[in-house]
Amino acid sequence: MIQGTPPQPHTPRRRGSRLRRKQLVGLLFVAPAVLLVLVFFLAPLCMAFWMSLHNWPLLGRPRFIGLANYEALMVDQRFWGAMRFTAYYTVIVTIAIFAVAFPLALFVERARPLTKLYRTAIFLPVVVGFGSASLLWSWLMNVDVGLFSPLAYRLGLTEKPVNLLATFDTTFWSIVVMVVWKTAGFNMIILLTGLQGISSEVQEAARMDGASGRQRFFRITLPLMRRTIALALILSVAGSVLAFDQFYIIADGGPQNSTVTAVYWIFSQSFVSFRLGYGAAMSMVLLAILVTISVVQLRLLRTPEGA
Amino acid sequence: MSRKAAATRRRAWAATRYHVIGLVTSLLFIAPIAWSMLVSFKSTTEAARPPLPPWPVEGFTTQSYENLAQYGVGIWTYAGNSLSVAAATVVVTVFISLLAGYGFSRFQFPLKNALFVLIISTVMIPFQSILTPLFLILTRLGLQNTLPGIVLIYVTLHLPFSIFMMRNAFDAVPKEIEDAARVDGASVFLMLRRVMLPLVLPGVATVAIFAFLASWNEFLAALILLTDQRKYTLPVMMAAVRSGQFGTIDWGAVQSGVMLMMAPCLGLFLLLQRYYIRGLTAGAVK
Repeated sequence: MIQGTPPQPHTPRRRGSRLRRKQLVGLLFVAPAVLLVLVFFLAPLCMAFWMSLHNWPLLGRPRFIGLANYEALMVDQRFWGAMRFTAYYTVIVTIAIFAVAFPLALFVERARPLTKLYRTAIFLPVVVGFGSASLLWSWLMNVDVGLFSPLAYRLGLTEKPVNLLATFDTTFWSIVVMVVWKTAGFNMIILLTGLQGISSEVQEAARMDGASGRQRFFRITLPLMRRTIALALILSVAGSVLAFDQFYIIADGGPQNSTVTAVYWIFSQSFVSFRLGYGAAMSMVLLAILVTISVVQLRLLRTPEGA
Repeated sequence: MSRKAAATRRRAWAATRYHVIGLVTSLLFIAPIAWSMLVSFKSTTEAARPPLPPWPVEGFTTQSYENLAQYGVGIWTYAGNSLSVAAATVVVTVFISLLAGYGFSRFQFPLKNALFVLIISTVMIPFQSILTPLFLILTRLGLQNTLPGIVLIYVTLHLPFSIFMMRNAFDAVPKEIEDAARVDGASVFLMLRRVMLPLVLPGVATVAIFAFLASWNEFLAALILLTDQRKYTLPVMMAAVRSGQFGTIDWGAVQSGVMLMMAPCLGLFLLLQRYYIRGLTAGAVK
């Protein structure tokens, strides 16, 4: 076919300016988001590091002290005590949540009549806040007006109502139960998506080959869910390392400051004692831990399933 | 007896077992909330005794709610604070993430990928670790101890998830739809509002419900940044009521406060469950 030069809609010059105009529009669309992230995230992040190098009182001039905050922190028994407690809590609560959520996910996986209702009921505590859930459980755990101690007493399990907040163990385990109640539904749904991602054909084929339910679970379900399980565990870990509300509201860090978490300790150093620079130094340590967890998370999630 | 009858019986037994377990588990998860709700309708004196039985024996009364209303400068001020913070967070988050999602999905511009990664990677950094500088920055901007200040922080916290959701929502809209509208001469903004917005509404619903729940329930930042008692949101106010800052702890009032805090979350979730679960799995799987 014979053709002349195709009609040029625009001269190159005009096309260039149009392109630039379109680029500008695109930038304008994302500008508010970028601005917010710069002012309320990046700036405070840099500032937190800057502050950690200072003796920074609430009022008065900050004084540059180099790494002195970090040196003080290395030998601060209460800080490491809070870190140890946070690590202990994180390990226990993550295992506990998983031990409850995984059976629940298996239970609600196959849709039968009422399954949706069960899923919804188990999920309900997830959508209420940690604040309101903590208030509710601080009542349930109360020795005089609560549920657990008076109930145990009336059933004859204890000789007198036990104050659950009096000892470390009873405080700790009550809060673990509360957190499991509050977050099992979340982990159940995450694990459920993993379970539903396993093709039913694979399961069916294994059944045809005579694999028992047990064999199918350990040889097919578990290996194929490795990635989802890793994700659920890491989300629990990241959430638990930052725990604050429940220990502040229910236990007030007690008894004898035995349930003060890392965030709780940073909070009290920064906003009760107003040692802002020292609080910032501790925040940097916490931040390094959380970023490490996130990097591990990304690594794990990038590993192809079954690899 | 035939094998068929035995199989039927076995199935019936399995179904019964399934539903017994299902009902008991469901009850265990709902019980604390239901128990607290029942106690919130007891009289003050009855609420000061162990909740056995849970239901009000001396008759239903709204006395606890009336007592709750009297706390501080009146509970409705605090509920109003919470509601305005949550509503403003939802509106601003939706607006900003709509724009950014559209920009990242449909336009080419310098540093586009770098900016996207910058915004998304902030999820890795816990906001708990930057609260002190945030406090100082808000003070510098004159926004410390104000509700708009805390709204801006909540919005920023939700941006990574929201922009991720909105960009995916826009990516899912076929380009042909825009091309057709462009031929009709629609401007960029008109196109976003009239053509694209209706198509990404499910994504907007997901962003909105997450922003609402998180900002309505947030405790630590509100505790630190709101120092004037009249500015308190519900979680901060109720924690103060429970810790006895207003005299003897009225447990009935605490339960009614818990109900006031939980009811909007439960109601919204039951209404918009589909969008909530979708956000959960999208955020988790990708």
